[in-house]
Amino acid sequence: MAKFKNIYNNCMNKITSSGVVTRKDLWTYAMLAVIFVAVLVSDSLGLLTRQLTSLLVPVCCYIILAVSLNLTVGFLGELALGHAGFLAIGAYTSTLFSIAVQDTITSVWVRFPLALIIGGVSAGIFGLIIGLPVLRLRGDYLAIVTLAFGEIIKTVATNITVDLSKTTTTSSGAEKVVEQGLFGSAGLKNAPQDSTFIVAFILVVITVAIISNLVNSKYGRAITAMRDNRIAAEACGINITYHKILTFVISAFFAGIAGVLYGHNYTIFKPSTFDYNMSIEILVIVVLGGMGSIRGSIIAAIVLRVLPELLREFSDYRMLAYSILLILLMLINSAPGLAGLRAKLSIKNAYLSIKNKVMKRKTAENGGETHE
Amino acid sequence: MTFLATLVNGLSLGSIYALIALGYTMVYGIAKMLNFAHGDIIMIGAFSIFTCITSLKLPAILAILIAIVLCTILGITIEFLAYRPLRKAPPLAVLITAIGVSYFLQNIVLLINKLSNKTTFVFPTNILPDISLKIGSGDNAIIINGNTIFTFIVTAVIMVALTLFINKTKMGKAMRAVSEDKETAELMGISANRTITVTFAIGSALAAVAGLFYGGTVISFNHTLGSMPGIKAFVAAVFGGIGSIPGAMLGGIILGIIEKMAEQYISTSLANAVVFGMLILVLTFKPTGLLGKKINEKV
Amino acid sequence: MKKFLSFALALVMLFGACAALSSCGGNEDENVIVIGGVGPLTGTAASYGISVKQGATLAVEEINANGGINGMQIRFMFEDDKALEADALSAYNSLMDNGMQVTIGATTSGSNQAILAPVKEDGILLVTPSASSMTSIDAPNAFRICFNDNAQGQAAAKYIGDHMTDIKKVAIIYDTSSDYSKGLMTSFKAQAQADNKFEIVAETSFDSTAGSATFATQIANINSSGAELLFMPLYYSEAYAIISQASSTLQGIKYFGCDGFDGILGIDNVDTSLLENVNILTPFVADENSDFVKNYKAKYNSTPDQFAADAYDAIYAIKAAVEKANVKVTDKDFNAKIVAAMGEITLDGETGKMTWDLETGEPNKDPIVVTIQNGQYHILSE
Repeated sequence: MAKFKNIYNNCMNKITSSGVVTRKDLWTYAMLAVIFVAVLVSDSLGLLTRQLTSLLVPVCCYIILAVSLNLTVGFLGELALGHAGFLAIGAYTSTLFSIAVQDTITSVWVRFPLALIIGGVSAGIFGLIIGLPVLRLRGDYLAIVTLAFGEIIKTVATNITVDLSKTTTTSSGAEKVVEQGLFGSAGLKNAPQDSTFIVAFILVVITVAIISNLVNSKYGRAITAMRDNRIAAEACGINITYHKILTFVISAFFAGIAGVLYGHNYTIFKPSTFDYNMSIEILVIVVLGGMGSIRGSIIAAIVLRVLPELLREFSDYRMLAYSILLILLMLINSAPGLAGLRAKLSIKNAYLSIKNKVMKRKTAENGGETHE
Repeated sequence: MTFLATLVNGLSLGSIYALIALGYTMVYGIAKMLNFAHGDIIMIGAFSIFTCITSLKLPAILAILIAIVLCTILGITIEFLAYRPLRKAPPLAVLITAIGVSYFLQNIVLLINKLSNKTTFVFPTNILPDISLKIGSGDNAIIINGNTIFTFIVTAVIMVALTLFINKTKMGKAMRAVSEDKETAELMGISANRTITVTFAIGSALAAVAGLFYGGTVISFNHTLGSMPGIKAFVAAVFGGIGSIPGAMLGGIILGIIEKMAEQYISTSLANAVVFGMLILVLTFKPTGLLGKKINEKV
Repeated sequence: MKKFLSFALALVMLFGACAALSSCGGNEDENVIVIGGVGPLTGTAASYGISVKQGATLAVEEINANGGINGMQIRFMFEDDKALEADALSAYNSLMDNGMQVTIGATTSGSNQAILAPVKEDGILLVTPSASSMTSIDAPNAFRICFNDNAQGQAAAKYIGDHMTDIKKVAIIYDTSSDYSKGLMTSFKAQAQADNKFEIVAETSFDSTAGSATFATQIANINSSGAELLFMPLYYSEAYAIISQASSTLQGIKYFGCDGFDGILGIDNVDTSLLENVNILTPFVADENSDFVKNYKAKYNSTPDQFAADAYDAIYAIKAAVEKANVKVTDKDFNAKIVAAMGEITLDGETGKMTWDLETGEPNKDPIVVTIQNGQYHILSE
């Protein structure tokens, strides 16, 4: 038994020696692998209902959204309320591109990666545009400004029309117009449906890998330092401006990627969907999963997307439950007065106390000769 | 003439924003937190008045008083349960909790409304006396209705009363002290808890009054009545300088005018984008707002 | 906290597996026909979804009590889509998992469009009561009960031009965030310009998703344009907000609305004096003496609006098609036969006497114009 433990420890130490990939991360990747295999197996066995199948890509989108928002909210410690806006930008730019080139670039393997790049980069650019004014702002102001940006993006998208419709002839000889393009409030119609679960999952893994590695690197330590004590961080020579903007851009980029997946998964999506409420839903996922915990974001995204679907009878109470959850989670996790309660309820403490009890009993059995 | 008419419309809407902004700025200045749920207390105020007048058939004055008392109690309760425990926590936590409270209020009201199977409600229009002012004549006459006149007068009176309260009374002095330095104020024997409670009480009472006027302006309303005005009023408070009472009034009116001007001269559907764009500009170039003071951070 | 969530995840997957296995059986019973629909039961558009669900349920109960469709009892299911396209898609899939065989589609145009792709693939008959945008039934097996946006806008312009001849100046106010509103506005304008019977002197808009709105600017513009009639292709709650806010400024102007106005008399605490002489183009008027209205009132304690009437007709249309094709659900070509039958039936429904164009899926029926007097609808001679 001890031999296996040794081998395991040696392997782990080798992999995590550089410090960029931690043991925690390996568990996360393992979990992702298990989920992937489980889904594929269920699918091939025909166990997945149509409902669950239609949820596969959206859940991946929300995982990416939650992990990218966690970078800003959990690690940088700033409340960004306009995340849905980046989703919108990624979705609209990439789908318009896909529609425009769908006759010239017919291969999905070329077109979709290009769409991903376009969606991600456009969103990233907007992340830069938004990051610049909020540089000197903190806390409440930053929250409102990001919310304002989200609303501006939504309003502007509602008023833009990019008509890329094609006219084709039907089998009976009549002319038919296939509506394609962005029609303001009516939304974007009939983009090529290029998103698949496998592609989406690969993107999830890439996102998690990149953000986990970032968080464990010098950059990650810098932004958590900024979160915990901005003035001390600045005094230690960390460039606040650079790190803040970088975080916004990276966070926006991945939200844009999620947007590309989202846009190529629906035949119609309207700008009004990407509002303040959607940003709050993503925030709830991040808070529920634990701010600063990537694995938590993944699990929470899956739970908060699948559970409401399975519990459709209670959809009336969904937003009410979320709001209560948000308040309770914040109170339990952050209220200084409840620190004692937190310590008592923590699983780690429960495990340790059980371990202690077991050890005590063993020492008593051995005649009380062991040292602790 | 259209310019004058737009100006009047802007003043009318702006005074409502000013009333809401007063509540925001007081709470932010003294408790140092953004009460996201403020807009929804306005909604509760409007619904209280609506229910009192239409279902309980109470006279208007009583309905308004009940609404004010209800909102005050609600504000104090929210502060006690959701914000006070987090006073020493990182500001992010309070913000998220405030968002939670906001959604909670909206959804509770939505569920209650579902029981009666109604989704849209009509605010009683016969509360205020039916007087109006007419400027000019003929087709281009500008008519200022009772709602507008009253909003303006009431907001001005409240602003004067608040300024006197803050400057001349003992509690007002306590509020100023807590706003400047909470720990030292407590050392001086001021109860920070009581001061903040009073702040929330006043802010929520103002929200109830704002509910009366805003309900009377839009007439057709539902559980989302307060969310957009709440955000815009915060924008107004920031405009004028957060923590400054005259700033809130000024910011509110300017915002109302900018919004109506944007609707008239740029585009009705892009007006919101313009308003938010202005916020971003102001915060980029003058983060302390028009009348705000620069606060140096001590290490 | 995190370990707990891992357990929660495990539970969820368990649930999912259970749900998957339990709904794996489709409906193979030849005496039951499963009809389903989606619509907003929560959110701002909830009143429409609720009306559709109630109207359809009433029809289902009546038919079941009278022997069902061709001897088959109807099992009716309705899911909430919150008027969001993503939710409509997953709701549709959930219904299909539960064995849906015919559908009344979605209540809103956007949602119906969102489910069109799987509907086409599944080949099942879709008869939507209220999705009105042009492309939302763009599938060979999709039909609708209500008028499409183009037809309504044109009919409105024609009516004003032909029957309200003293109106020479018309203003329009529309909602930029609603494709229903924009579609109606565009076709109205086009028809008005073609007929040239009146002039459009003002065109103003607002964004209903921008929060509770004040319309002072728009009202002032309409006032200074000297318009005699205001065309309002809007839903009733915004329409009422505008009318009540304009009551002191726009005196003597005539208001004209389309089917979205339905429900305006049902708003809580509505002031019907403001709605005197409002004209509405609609396929349905709640006639106190009709059985449908009486039964609906008895069951739901409220007057049915046209969404409820549309849904009621949708179920009866399905009944007519199945009985015309004389098939049972277990028949080999069930779907294809009842789709074909839609082109052959005539339904004398609550929203008019209609037949269907097999190629476009559009109903052929005449609109009526009603006016509000003393808080009641009165049909104007057409």
